[in-house]
Amino acid sequence: MTAAIEVADVSKKFRLFRERPTSVKQRLLSARSRAEDFWALRNVSFDVLEGTSLGLIGQNGSGKTTLLKIVAGILRPTSGVVRQRGRMAALLELGAGFHPELTGRENVYLNASFLGLSRRETDRAYDAIVEFAGLEEFMDNQAKFYSSGMLVRLGFAVAVHVDPEVLLIDEVLAVGDEAFQAKCLERIRRFQREGRTIVLVTHALDTVRAICDRAVMLHQGRVHALGSPDDVVREMRYLLLGQVDEGFVPEEGTREAEIEAVDLVYPNGSTEGPLVRDDPFTIQVDVRTNEPVDDLDVDFEILDGATNHPVLDGRASRAGVTIGRFDGKRRVRFHVSSFPYTAGKYWITIGLSSRETGRLYHVQTQRYLLEVIEVPRVQERVDVPVTIEVEDL
Amino acid sequence: MAADAEVAVRTSEASHLRIAARVRDVASRRETLLNLVRKELKVKYAQSVLGAIWSLLNPIVFLAVFSFVMRITNNQFRDYPVYLLSGLLAWNLCSVSLTTGARSVIDNGNLVKKVAFPREILPLSAIGVALVDFVLQSAVLFLFIPASGHGFHLLELSVYPLAFLTLIVFTTAMTLWLAALNVRYRDIQHLLNLGLLVWFWFTPIVYSGYLVKDVLTRHPVLGVNLWNVFLGNPLTPIVMGFQRALYAVVRPIGSPKPVLPDVSLPWLAGVLAIVLVASLAFLRLTWGTFFRLSGDFAEEL
Repeated sequence: MTAAIEVADVSKKFRLFRERPTSVKQRLLSARSRAEDFWALRNVSFDVLEGTSLGLIGQNGSGKTTLLKIVAGILRPTSGVVRQRGRMAALLELGAGFHPELTGRENVYLNASFLGLSRRETDRAYDAIVEFAGLEEFMDNQAKFYSSGMLVRLGFAVAVHVDPEVLLIDEVLAVGDEAFQAKCLERIRRFQREGRTIVLVTHALDTVRAICDRAVMLHQGRVHALGSPDDVVREMRYLLLGQVDEGFVPEEGTREAEIEAVDLVYPNGSTEGPLVRDDPFTIQVDVRTNEPVDDLDVDFEILDGATNHPVLDGRASRAGVTIGRFDGKRRVRFHVSSFPYTAGKYWITIGLSSRETGRLYHVQTQRYLLEVIEVPRVQERVDVPVTIEVEDL
Repeated sequence: MAADAEVAVRTSEASHLRIAARVRDVASRRETLLNLVRKELKVKYAQSVLGAIWSLLNPIVFLAVFSFVMRITNNQFRDYPVYLLSGLLAWNLCSVSLTTGARSVIDNGNLVKKVAFPREILPLSAIGVALVDFVLQSAVLFLFIPASGHGFHLLELSVYPLAFLTLIVFTTAMTLWLAALNVRYRDIQHLLNLGLLVWFWFTPIVYSGYLVKDVLTRHPVLGVNLWNVFLGNPLTPIVMGFQRALYAVVRPIGSPKPVLPDVSLPWLAGVLAIVLVASLAFLRLTWGTFFRLSGDFAEEL
């Protein structure tokens, strides 16, 4: 397979001015030293193979949008080369060029032509675009009467109907209601089935795990991690927890005792998720020792994948459970009687440590996925006190 | 995807402008250009009852007012409205293109920062909008000329295409240049307003070109005929071309002095040809500048 995009040793330097001198006088008066160099990207290299999808993640200011703009040809790299093969469309902004005074229809044509669609191609796609956006009745209204949600939907509808071989997408999935987002994801999957190459910049780590073949994580302008979405996302989570500047350590410890296996056991006895909200489940940890330990403690922590906040934890010693001295294998079960948190993805960290000294035998950080869904249920009848008052008017 | 698919290479090098390839690039996006022009026009006349008729009213009112004023003041200047408008419409095409074109990249900053397309489209669309106005207003003038009894002179009219082409090339060259520079130096747009004011009065539009030629030729400064210097303003021969094509008569019957500079038609055509060639060279230069700077537009905005 050939590479649809080759990024070779790309660096990008911006000059930061305290106050941007944009007139001749300011330029003459401003001393050179007032400009500071800022490297948005440093020696970034990776390939995107044809027909694959790459997720580009990183914190705000990590340089991912700059990189996307360089690939798109909007910015010029300071050094390095980008080679890109085939017809490309860059969706860095939905509804580029939308004008409030124009009607929805006129805006579709204008926006489509900015994305490289010819009038005839737009004619062909027009009905599908309108249907996708769900705005059949509003196309002859001026865009200034649209809600922001309608504008976004229309912008995305045009965007997914451009017919490129390489598609660059920046953050656009984070828009619209849930139904619309599902529609967008479905469309991206279709692009993938059709063998198109996709580069996706997003903060939604779950999306990257769900749809990308590979992921690149940028940190302070450098490639911090590159590989399978699972690994890169885990690294990203680690970084988000505040342990900046350390290399991500998915596993660490002195290994007198080791985590051999971790299973999540759901109410039906299966180890296959997902979990229904409010249902109980069990975290089952199999421990193996490499040498006898006499003061083992086991703990877990569950982190909300959407917010990266810990929501639940448990520790054997805190619950008064003593594992005791042993050599060989033991199984520890944490029975969680109810998981009341909202639908989404949660990450579980498991740790083995010494109860006495706190010495870490083995820690697996955010290794295990707990997926929670919500089942709609009929509201039950409850007694809520109602007070009645009468007054003269 | 075909293995021989076109490979776009992006490097740190400011790529050198290759005219033929770039013209193809821009031409392949001509629909974007036309859509942008259409948008500007629609926006300009959005929610106005008369719409594009406003463009037509402008020259109509001009013609009516000047016809009336000239009649009641019994002015010697024959058919002054025709003279004025033939030069003024050409000037307007240039000055409107320059003022809107110079701002075009900045005004569309959001597009420039977020969408990849040949940046030339922005200043070109400004010229396109001015061109639409020019065509509408010229139509009024072309109807007025026979209706007022002034009439066309076919031989002189033949210089019109050359004058028009030269005007377009020169305007495009200037607009690209100013649009590119204005991104970095916002002074340009303010300077331009002042410059255009001076430029306008140094171009024979409201006054007779012959008068200038006569005065300057009779009073050389240090042995230099300043008329030749005056002709160095490219818009002077261009405007003279439009006036010669439409006003046509150098010395109207009953007029004490010529109105148009008394130069022969071939001489004027020759000067226009020189200006055209120089404008083409200028265009090559300014397009190169625009192209080189356009790589950094997204950063400068």
